[in-house]
This record gives sequence, structure tokens and C-alpha cells, in this order.
Amino acid sequence: MSLLEVRQLKVAYGGIKAVRGVDLTVAEGELVCLIGANGAGKSSVLKGLVGLVQHGGEVRFAGERLTGRPTHAIAASGVSLVPEGRGIFARLTVAENLDMGAFVRRDRTAVNIDRQRVYELFPRLAERRGQMAGTLSGGEQQMLAIGRALMSGPRMLLLDEPSMGLAPLMVQKIYETITRVAGEGVTILLVEQNANLALHVSQRAYVMESGEVTLHGASAELMSNPQIRAAYLGE
Amino acid sequence: MRRKPQIAFFWLSVLLVALPFLTGAALGNSWVRVLDFALLYVMLALGLNIVVGYAGLLDLGYVAFYALGAYLYAWLASPHFGVHLPFWAVLPLGAALAGLFGVLLGAPTLRLRGDYLAIVTLGFGEIIRIFMNNLNAPVNITNGPQGINLIDPVALGGFRFAGTQQVLGVSLPSTYLFYYLFLAFTLAAIFIAMRLQDSRIGRAWAALREDEVAAAAMGVNTRNLKLLAFAMGATFGGLAGGLFAAFQGFISPESFNLWESILILCMIVLGGMGHIPGVILGAVLLTVLPEALRYIGDWQRHAFGHVYVDPSDLRMLLFGLALVLMMVYRPAGLIPSRQRKREFAAEDGVAEQEQASLYDARG
Repeated sequence: MSLLEVRQLKVAYGGIKAVRGVDLTVAEGELVCLIGANGAGKSSVLKGLVGLVQHGGEVRFAGERLTGRPTHAIAASGVSLVPEGRGIFARLTVAENLDMGAFVRRDRTAVNIDRQRVYELFPRLAERRGQMAGTLSGGEQQMLAIGRALMSGPRMLLLDEPSMGLAPLMVQKIYETITRVAGEGVTILLVEQNANLALHVSQRAYVMESGEVTLHGASAELMSNPQIRAAYLGE
Repeated sequence: MRRKPQIAFFWLSVLLVALPFLTGAALGNSWVRVLDFALLYVMLALGLNIVVGYAGLLDLGYVAFYALGAYLYAWLASPHFGVHLPFWAVLPLGAALAGLFGVLLGAPTLRLRGDYLAIVTLGFGEIIRIFMNNLNAPVNITNGPQGINLIDPVALGGFRFAGTQQVLGVSLPSTYLFYYLFLAFTLAAIFIAMRLQDSRIGRAWAALREDEVAAAAMGVNTRNLKLLAFAMGATFGGLAGGLFAAFQGFISPESFNLWESILILCMIVLGGMGHIPGVILGAVLLTVLPEALRYIGDWQRHAFGHVYVDPSDLRMLLFGLALVLMMVYRPAGLIPSRQRKREFAAEDGVAEQEQASLYDARG
């Protein structure tokens, strides 16, 4: 059974239909990516999933209906979003940012274990734990955003363009981490413009074009699909 | 090693208790009244600091809550309606009414931020003032621009805060008595503001201020927390309003104009937004300094035999100058919070740091 089930998701901003009925499933432990060009509606899918925008259709997570629930309630149910543009709390320290990630949790010992895990995953965050998050570099901020999302002990991680605006070396580092987190059993839905990267790390992929899913399948297959190669991999 | 803060705390207490006597002896009793106002403004600034400093919601209509607290006090403890409820009953009611209006203002503005929120709150402040100005017909509720007079003096268990009273063999004018009453409320307000900042709610407010979407994604109920910030801030305002009405014995819409809202906001900005010691300092400075500048008129008369520059004009000029200088030299405020200090100080290092972290990304 799939952990996340999305049926006929629709998102509209006024008269503009950004998402026109997307079906999508993610199984427990899977890393699935959603790729597409600018303005294809990828981020709107994520925003719809976590209730940041009004949406039609149905979203189920672990059998429970998420549609219509407020964002904070969805976060508490085990879905953690790493927002586009990272959304770190710039005037709080790295440590305070991580603590905010565990905002909905009451089990202190488990939170401490997760904090250790995040610091192991990103030694740089441990070095800079007392530093204000806004002074970190872009890549470090992305690490912090992912670390903060992990602090909620999520069953599922939603990543919105983690490579955005980062130097190639940093992108590589972030993707290594994503693979590692997925390896630890966290289910991930990854939204990415960089199709090449996303297809390499994911097991399955959905391709979006003007608000609709036009293709989906195993990432390895999509990578050899001539259409995809022409449209997204620059060949 | 813990002795030192205790000693400092002891001397601070002695100073706070002795302050009206020291001030009265050195500068005259009219200055004790200034002290009373300083304490009122500290309460107001602490309240606005919850909304602006903690939760990051720019509120330019804060004085409306001050007005509501004051008017409720006047309605329930004056000959205006012939109702004379006791101080301890009216004050919480005024605070509660203001808190309720805080939620009423907060609810329609939940989606607004920054300048848009500022404009709506500014409008709200003006609406309340204009209502107070015009609700004298057909039914006389606020007595219009004349305001409400003869508000009952504060009485606590038979002890009246009016005229000169004998306390422990010392005769104290009412301004002294109000100083101690206000001091008690101010200390309580400081305590509550401190506890709020360190609480789970305080952390959620900080997250909300920094990034609303991310805060919601962390499980923060952004709607309720915004409403709570408005309600808490408004409650402080309503409380201060009630105390103001009881202290003055007279209120009119004129006391609650836009300038007051801006003044309170300036106190926070000048002292250091979000940081309690800074907010207190800002409130005290901006209450005391304009009063001190009144002497410039006397000084001119002594020196030149004529007043060339009206002190009240000069006050505004110096006030503006002080704010400009502060923005240039201490942009984070006089006593900035740890966070804001970091924000303003770190900027030089950031670029180098970003460079460095690009090259050792594998680390």
C-alpha cells in the first residue's frame, strides 16, 4: 500500500489553473521525484499537499485524509516540507532552527537522538550551531532546512527544489545527503528542475507539463526515454 | 559567584523604591508625574513589543487598545453612566475588552503582512478614535470630544490613591502613590513578557516572524498564534489604558491619536525591538527626554530674555534627529537583542564565509 496517495489534485490561483488533476503515489521507503520545467506546477503540487494553498481532489497519507486540514496539522501527522527557497529562520541560531523543527514533539530523549543524527549528517551544522542561520551560505542553509525537517521525525519528507541557487559542488553534497536520508528509510517526494540529478537518485519519477503529469515510470527508464532526454536532459 | 546578581538586584530594588523621593527632591514633584507616565509607557511598549517585536506584526493602531481600556474604565467608574465599580473589577474588564478587540482586529488581517498590515491597523486605530469622538449622539456613550470627567480615584481595600495619604508615617502625594501602583503592574508586565519570550509560544512567534510558511510547516498554528499575539499585546494596552484613566481622572479622544501609536513604536525601535531591557529603556527615554527639553524655553528666556525657538518645535526636531542618528549608528537599537545584534553585526563576514563554504563543501 502506498504511504501517500494523491488523486485528481487541482490547484488554482484565481482563474489560473496551476495543477489540473494530478494523480501520484509514493510507497513507504520510496524516493520519488517530480520533474518539469519552470511553471509546470511542481511546487503547487507540494503546496497543495501540505495545505498551503486551497486545492481540489483528494490527498491521503497513511490512509488518513489530509485534504482540507490546515498546514500545521498536516505537519504534525508526519509530513515534513522543506520549502522552496529553504525558509530558514534567519535571525535564530542553527540550534534554535533545529529545535523549531521538533516543535510538535514532546519526547525529549528521541529529539536529542535526532539532533545528534542531524549533526552527524551535517557536521557543518554542528560547527555552527551557535551561529545565526541567516549568516550561513546558501548550501549550509539548505542543509539546515533539511536537518530541521528531519527533526520532526517525519515519515515522509517533501523537498522543494533543494538544488535551487546552489554551487554545483554544494548541489552534489546535498544530493549525497538526500540519498543517505532515503537510505535510512525516510520516504521522500522530491520536486526538482534539475531532471538529471533527480532521475539519478530516485526510483520512480513523474514528469509534469503545464499542470498535468505527462509521463511517469521508473527513473532509469525515463532517463533513456528519448523524449525526456531531448526535453529535460539537454540532448 | 551568584552573589553579584543578587547584590545588583538588591540595589536596583532600593533605587526603584527611592526613585520618586530622589526625583521629587532633585527636580520637584512634577517630575514624579513624569515617572508615572514613564511606567505607563513601559507597559504599553512591552505590550506592543509582543506584537511587533516577538511576532513581527507591524501594528500602527496600538493606541486603540489603550483607548478601549481607558474608556471602559471611565464608563464603569465615573458619574458619566452613574456606575461606580471598584478598581480591581474594572481594570481586568478593560484588559479583557481590549484583548477581545485584539482578536477582532487580528482575524481579518491574518493574511496581511508588513506595510499592508500596518495600513489596516492604522485604520483601526483611527476608527476607534473617531468613534470615541462621535459617539455622543443620539445616545451619549463617550461624551464626544469633551471626554469623560470625574473618573473615580483608585481605592484598594479602603485605601484611596487621591490627595495626600499617610503611609507608614510618611505623607505621600497621589503621584507617589501611583508610582508604586504602576511599578507593581510594570514589574508584573516585565515578568509576563519575559516568560512569554522564553516559552514555546515565544519560540513559535519567533518562527512566525522569520518565515510564516516554514513555521506552519514545522507544525506552528500560525492563525492562532497571530491572534494570540494581537490579544496579548492588546491586553497590555487595555491594562495601561485603565491605569491611565484612573490616574488622570479625565480622558478624551485627543489622548489616543496616531502620534501616540507612533511614539510607542519609536520607543521599541529606539530601545531595541524584541529585547525587554531595550524596550524599557526606549520607553523611559522617550517619556523623560521631551519633558527635559521643556527647560530649553526657560534657558532661552534667561540667556536672551526672549524665547526664540519654541521648545515644543525643538522637541520634534531633536526627536527626529535622534531617530536618524540612531538608524545610522545603532540600527538595531540602543540595547539590541542577541539576535538583532548578530543580524546587523554579521554582515561583513557573510560574503567571505559563503566563499569559504563553497570550496570546502565536502567537509
